[in-house]
Amino acid sequence: MNPARKRTVRLVVALSTAVVLASALIYTSFSAASPALTPTELVHQAQPGRSYQVTGTVVQGSVHRSGEQLYFSVEDRAGGTTIPLSYTGTVPDPFREGREVIVTVQKQGAGYVGERNSLITKCPSKYKTAPSSEQQNY
Amino acid sequence: MSLLVVALTLLLGLVVLVLSAPLRAARREAERGDADAAPSGGASEVSSQEAHRDTLQAREELRSRGELEAEREAKYREIRDAELDYRTGKLSRTDYEAIDAELRREALEILNRIEAAEEAGPESP
Amino acid sequence: MAGLGYACLLLALGVCLYGIGASLYGVRSGRAEFSASGRRAVYALAGILTVAFAVLEVAFLRNDFAFNTVADTSSRTTPTFYRAAAVWSSQEGSLLLWAWLLSLWSSLALFLTRRRMREIASYATAILLGFGGFFIALMIFYANPFATTRPAPTEGAGLDPLLRFPTMMIHPPMLYSGYTLCTIPLAFGMGALLARRVEADWIKVIRRFAFAAWLALGAGILLGARWSYSELGWGGYWGWDAVENASLMPWLTATAFLHSLMIQEKRGMLKVWNISLVLATGTLAIMGTFLVRSGILNSIHAFGGATLGVPFVVLIATLIAGSIYLVVSRRDMLRSEHRLDSLLSRESMFIANNLVLVGLCFVIFWGTYFPLISEALTGQEASVGPPWFDRYTVPLALLLVLLSGIGPVIAWRRATLASARRNFIVPTGVALATLLALLASGVAGSPAAIAMFCCAAFVFGSVGQEFFRGTRARRAMAGESLPVALLSLVRRNRRRYGGYVVHIGIAVLFIGVAASSSFQHASELSLSPGQSTRVGAYTVRYVRPTATLTPRYDEAHTGSTLGLGAVLDVSKGGRHVTTLNPSEGFYASQDASQGSVGSLIGGQPVSHVSIDAGVTRDVWSAIAPDIEAPALQRIIKAGNATLSPEEALYALGYLARAYLKSPPPAQFHFIVSPLVMWIWIGGLIVFGGGLIAIWPAPSTVRRRVGARARARSVRGLARA
Repeated sequence: MNPARKRTVRLVVALSTAVVLASALIYTSFSAASPALTPTELVHQAQPGRSYQVTGTVVQGSVHRSGEQLYFSVEDRAGGTTIPLSYTGTVPDPFREGREVIVTVQKQGAGYVGERNSLITKCPSKYKTAPSSEQQNY
Repeated sequence: MSLLVVALTLLLGLVVLVLSAPLRAARREAERGDADAAPSGGASEVSSQEAHRDTLQAREELRSRGELEAEREAKYREIRDAELDYRTGKLSRTDYEAIDAELRREALEILNRIEAAEEAGPESP
Repeated sequence: MAGLGYACLLLALGVCLYGIGASLYGVRSGRAEFSASGRRAVYALAGILTVAFAVLEVAFLRNDFAFNTVADTSSRTTPTFYRAAAVWSSQEGSLLLWAWLLSLWSSLALFLTRRRMREIASYATAILLGFGGFFIALMIFYANPFATTRPAPTEGAGLDPLLRFPTMMIHPPMLYSGYTLCTIPLAFGMGALLARRVEADWIKVIRRFAFAAWLALGAGILLGARWSYSELGWGGYWGWDAVENASLMPWLTATAFLHSLMIQEKRGMLKVWNISLVLATGTLAIMGTFLVRSGILNSIHAFGGATLGVPFVVLIATLIAGSIYLVVSRRDMLRSEHRLDSLLSRESMFIANNLVLVGLCFVIFWGTYFPLISEALTGQEASVGPPWFDRYTVPLALLLVLLSGIGPVIAWRRATLASARRNFIVPTGVALATLLALLASGVAGSPAAIAMFCCAAFVFGSVGQEFFRGTRARRAMAGESLPVALLSLVRRNRRRYGGYVVHIGIAVLFIGVAASSSFQHASELSLSPGQSTRVGAYTVRYVRPTATLTPRYDEAHTGSTLGLGAVLDVSKGGRHVTTLNPSEGFYASQDASQGSVGSLIGGQPVSHVSIDAGVTRDVWSAIAPDIEAPALQRIIKAGNATLSPEEALYALGYLARAYLKSPPPAQFHFIVSPLVMWIWIGGLIVFGGGLIAIWPAPSTVRRRVGARARARSVRGLARA
């Protein structure tokens, strides 16, 4: 095979591999992703067995702890639907009633169970230089 | 408040001074060029154009020389790298000699081009 | 004073506009004096922004609460060091820092190139001033750091306690330096395309700044990871958070560029690839800056609520469109001079390395921006979590480390297959020995981690072999003693051996990452004093509670008013391992509704983590004391009812005593992570190696080598 032909073959192989890998990546991302919902949307759309990211405000007076489990309720940012959660795992420092949180949950019966270590609490001020998050691993 | 105005004026003045320095220098050069050349306006314009063309050409040569020198440095580095590759056992002797000869040929070609540029330089009108 | 600051911004914007005009006119008309004036505009910009920055700094140090940013992020009780650094903790202040750093680095770049590359430099000047003007305009119209409120409040909100750590305050300037340094190669790259001159000289300048950007960004990223690990309460150093990813992406493309640039230098190949990498790095840096402040992605910072979104989107769209147009329209200039000689060559290893790095960048990009992508494509915003990222980045990271071990063994241009095979024996042997040792010692459960250990061992074997052989060759050639030979080997081949050191550092870093992620023991514990529990092989015992009272104006600490914590005794197999004392610091808030005592401790609480860092493992613990316990709450309520704000401090004393006497059970987060220290050590090694690689060879060496090489060339030709 002459050099020019060899180069073309190499290029085609490389490009095809890249396309295949990228497609695999893109395809799995859609199935592995958790949709981000508000509590109102969650109540309407949640199906058991799928995980969802719910964003909302911690309801005043709803936080209590029992052993390793943390129980609290989350409502829409603008008030409205409230959903009860039980959560295990690290609780970030800024977490308190009235703060905005994101937590990944799955529907279980009438309530929702938070995925371990998935609780993120918003820093109270509008902007911060802290680039690392309280988001948990695994 | 007045301190503020003073500070601002100073700052503004400084900035204008710094930014306009090259422009003023160029105008002084042009005027000096005019004074040296023939008093008529047309001739001084021509000579300043010539001076401009000369500097452009000089810059062009400097640029290509810079380029050639960078190529030369890169080529020397390649020769040294090839030798180090051979001495650390990554190339067989035959392969090394072939690559080394190739590189030296390329290096000499660059050296010739540099020489040609140097000779051409002082002779340009 | 605020007026002076704002006027400086206006002046700065004017200077930017003038500079852009002067540079462009200078390069199009050929009149050098206008290009020079344009360059001076950058110097002037640096001067003006220095004044503006100084005005803001002074305002912070003097507690001038008329300035909104000072009132929002500082207070009389914030210690001086943090007051000084609070300048960049707000949106406005950080924009000013970014613009100022940009002007400083641009001035340096243009000063160093003032005699060469006139046309390229003129275009680069215009582009850099364009960026500067953009950020200044943002400040003038959207987020003014010099906005004031009169009458001035008497006290500020204070710096968020989460930021009151030294690492956290060095991190932004370092990171911003990295970002702004990334824009300089972009400007020069675009300048080269605009001027239609892609010359060999250009490479040298761009390389230096790409390297500086790589160093600064790398430092910023590592500092952020270290802050996250040692000062945040979750015990991790990387969470695939959007903002972390945003800083990693340009670093990856910069790494790729530093490698492939060498190929362009040697063989005149990959010009399109390189210029694209340069443009991508700069664009990703701007996107990274944008991500932090725009609120388009959910991160710890912003939950929706776009603030500066639209102008940034316009800028980034312009950059991307402009880059594509320039590269496509100048593609004739960017034709390769040579072709790849052989697949078995260091050049092709570098290309493979580039592909892996860009692949990594693409995975991270996709995952980071996925919420936007999915919303655009499906109408539903969804996000991917760390497990998804790990699934793709781990194999790519393994491949990257493996390549860095293969590369040194292959020669430039065309390697001899037989030699290559021979050279693989030692590294493969080391890797296999490691595998056997690991399996024999019972390390199991994470194939990825074991694979990484073996790949790292391969790198050690390969690089070690290189150092050994190089030193041996040097001794054979020059008859020097062993240490001298090693030193002169490295001195004469800084790029190669510095690069080898960098690869060792990366391998060490990944060993730390693999061990600490795969073999970590983490637990949530709920303990009362005297109670102990088992975590894996360790026994943790709550020895006694601790309480510290820090006077309100104590400047030695971080300004916390009350600290509640515990002393933990950690032992393994009956033997004492370490003693930890994590605590939670409570800070004052401005919220009067919390009561006189409540507001003393009602601010953002911050975990003070206790770490015993060891060579083989870190023992880490954080505590969340139960401040909501009824006994403590009773004291707080009583204090609120009876004490005035000035007397409220006494209540803290009662609180502390009550906590010490009968502490409620506390929540502990307890982690034992193996080999974490090696992550930081690996990072330092990478730095050291980078410095070696970029250190300019002394000119005498270069001249001597040059003359010798020329003489040899002549002799060589005579032989032929």
